[in-house]
Amino acid sequence: MLLKDEDRIFKNIYGQGDSGLAAAKSRGAWDGTKTFIDGGHDAIITEVKGSGLRGRGGAGFPTGLKWSFMPKDDPRPSYLVINADESEPGSCKDREIMRHDPQLLIEGALLSSFAIRAHVCYIYIRGEFIRERERLQAAIDEAYAANLIGKNNIHGWDFDFYVHHGAGAYICGEETALLESLEGRKGQPRLKPPFPANVGLYGAPTTVNNVESIAVIPDILRRGGKWFASLGMANNTGTKLFQISGHVEKPCVVEEEMGISLKQLINDHCGGVRGGWDNLLAVIPGGSSMPLIPAHLCDELTLDFDSLTKLKSGLGTAAIIVMDKSTDPIKAIRRIAYFYRHESCGQCTPCREGTGWMWRVLQRMERGEAEHHEIDLLWDVTKQVEGHTICALGDAAAWPVQGLIRHYRHVIEERIDARKAREDEATPANAAE
Amino acid sequence: MAVRRLHPLQAGGFAFSDENLRWAKETIAKYPEGKQASAIIPLLWRAQEQEGGWLPEPALRAVADMLGMAHIRAMEIATFYTMFQLQPVGSKAHVQVCGTTPCMLCGSESLIELCKTRIAPTQHTLSEDGAFSWEEVECLGCCANAPMVQIGKDVYEDLTPDLFEKVLDGFAAGKPPKPGSQTGRTASAPKGKLTSLKESVTAGGKS
Repeated sequence: MLLKDEDRIFKNIYGQGDSGLAAAKSRGAWDGTKTFIDGGHDAIITEVKGSGLRGRGGAGFPTGLKWSFMPKDDPRPSYLVINADESEPGSCKDREIMRHDPQLLIEGALLSSFAIRAHVCYIYIRGEFIRERERLQAAIDEAYAANLIGKNNIHGWDFDFYVHHGAGAYICGEETALLESLEGRKGQPRLKPPFPANVGLYGAPTTVNNVESIAVIPDILRRGGKWFASLGMANNTGTKLFQISGHVEKPCVVEEEMGISLKQLINDHCGGVRGGWDNLLAVIPGGSSMPLIPAHLCDELTLDFDSLTKLKSGLGTAAIIVMDKSTDPIKAIRRIAYFYRHESCGQCTPCREGTGWMWRVLQRMERGEAEHHEIDLLWDVTKQVEGHTICALGDAAAWPVQGLIRHYRHVIEERIDARKAREDEATPANAAE
Repeated sequence: MAVRRLHPLQAGGFAFSDENLRWAKETIAKYPEGKQASAIIPLLWRAQEQEGGWLPEPALRAVADMLGMAHIRAMEIATFYTMFQLQPVGSKAHVQVCGTTPCMLCGSESLIELCKTRIAPTQHTLSEDGAFSWEEVECLGCCANAPMVQIGKDVYEDLTPDLFEKVLDGFAAGKPPKPGSQTGRTASAPKGKLTSLKESVTAGGKS
């Protein structure tokens, strides 16, 4: 069963309707907002905890729990920072929220800021999303003009919402790199602890949340945490924006229940795999940093945090990259390795050197210009990068390569053997000498 | 990491236009007292827009001075963040082709080939008439509409080499085409019939 339209949170995700305030209100935004604020900080956190919402930025950390880490009686100001640095290859959902349903995001920002006792929120939008930034700013201006946010607004909680942007650096999607960037420096991640809840933006308590996590908050409060928890599966509740790209007939972004089967998602929303389900080679289920999953494991696959972790992959941002049998898996992962080499911030040696090293070896493996023992060497290098860096970019660079070796070692070996056979043919046998 | 260096030929000076200066002051005011360094990316970006799409060295110094920062800090920002163009770009269009795996699976390599033959054989190089330049960039976040390019503030999606050629023709003639999907899709909805949100939904249910 597909998600019913009335259970959708993002009712204008394709922008068929107007994104302005009046239209957003007719779709349900800003309804009852004051009641939730009158209910108090902790009531909101309790409701969000009860909904089972797990962060939509990739790691899947429970949002309500994250909020409860914020200090309650701290003399420093508290900040909410929204992470809109959507750059994980395959991910293209936050963009749709910002340009088509921005009022949900603004309302969510007010409610979330109130929950963590913050009066100021910054949203960090990736630099390339220029039109999305303009659209969101226009929506914010509209909300200020209607006195929904700002000083002495009708909700009784002073709240300023500022748009900030980056200028092309994937690493700024990592929360502490984002804070560094927002403070005016290179986006190089900070050591944790201290965590942002204690020492975040400008040294003050800060919560960093993904755009989608914030934009679903108003609906969770309006319809109740129980409603959200009734969708999806245990421990993987609610709805989620899935983004399907690559070799499907009709790539799209669509809101579905957590735990939908991959097959149903692709067949019912994307017109099937190009050339039919049997033509599927593999999928990357959660954005480029998640290891690929070969077709024989895809038949019964459900898309939720826990079942993908069992397969040594992950749901990440629910960005599903589909590859049919015409794909060279070594080439696909080689291009991902190049991405991480390009985006490594250079701070930690294993990542700065390892990402380039993995990319160069994969380039040779793509052409078969390698030796069998180098496959184990490459595996070993991924293990020396993984877990040995300040942030998770090192892991994100290592996992896709590990996935390739785990599932397609035979392809790498066959490529090497074919190259050797070609060379043997080209060189006349010299056994007679 | 990418090697990024300042261009050997630099102009003499830099100053924000009156309008941009007003805007810069408003932007700096978004951040708390003493934290004006936060405004450096937005200010450098505005400087790049003012200078025709690239960031000359005098602009780095001017912006750093405005924010009370050492010049080297602005230099770090300009070389770290890849949207800052450190050399002149095409006067009509600087084409950024997404080459990351989701776009590559959908044919971005053929778009890059077209850039090489039509604009310049290498990235960050002006075409002979100076009107175009191109570069391969990493994921631009429009994967459900792959392959795509960004030109200026806009993205052009669902491209084929033919459709891309038309986009470039439009820029060459000074009449840029309508941004977004070039095959007429609505945003990132599946092409053809909708599979969700078939009727508009309002607060009380369907309308």
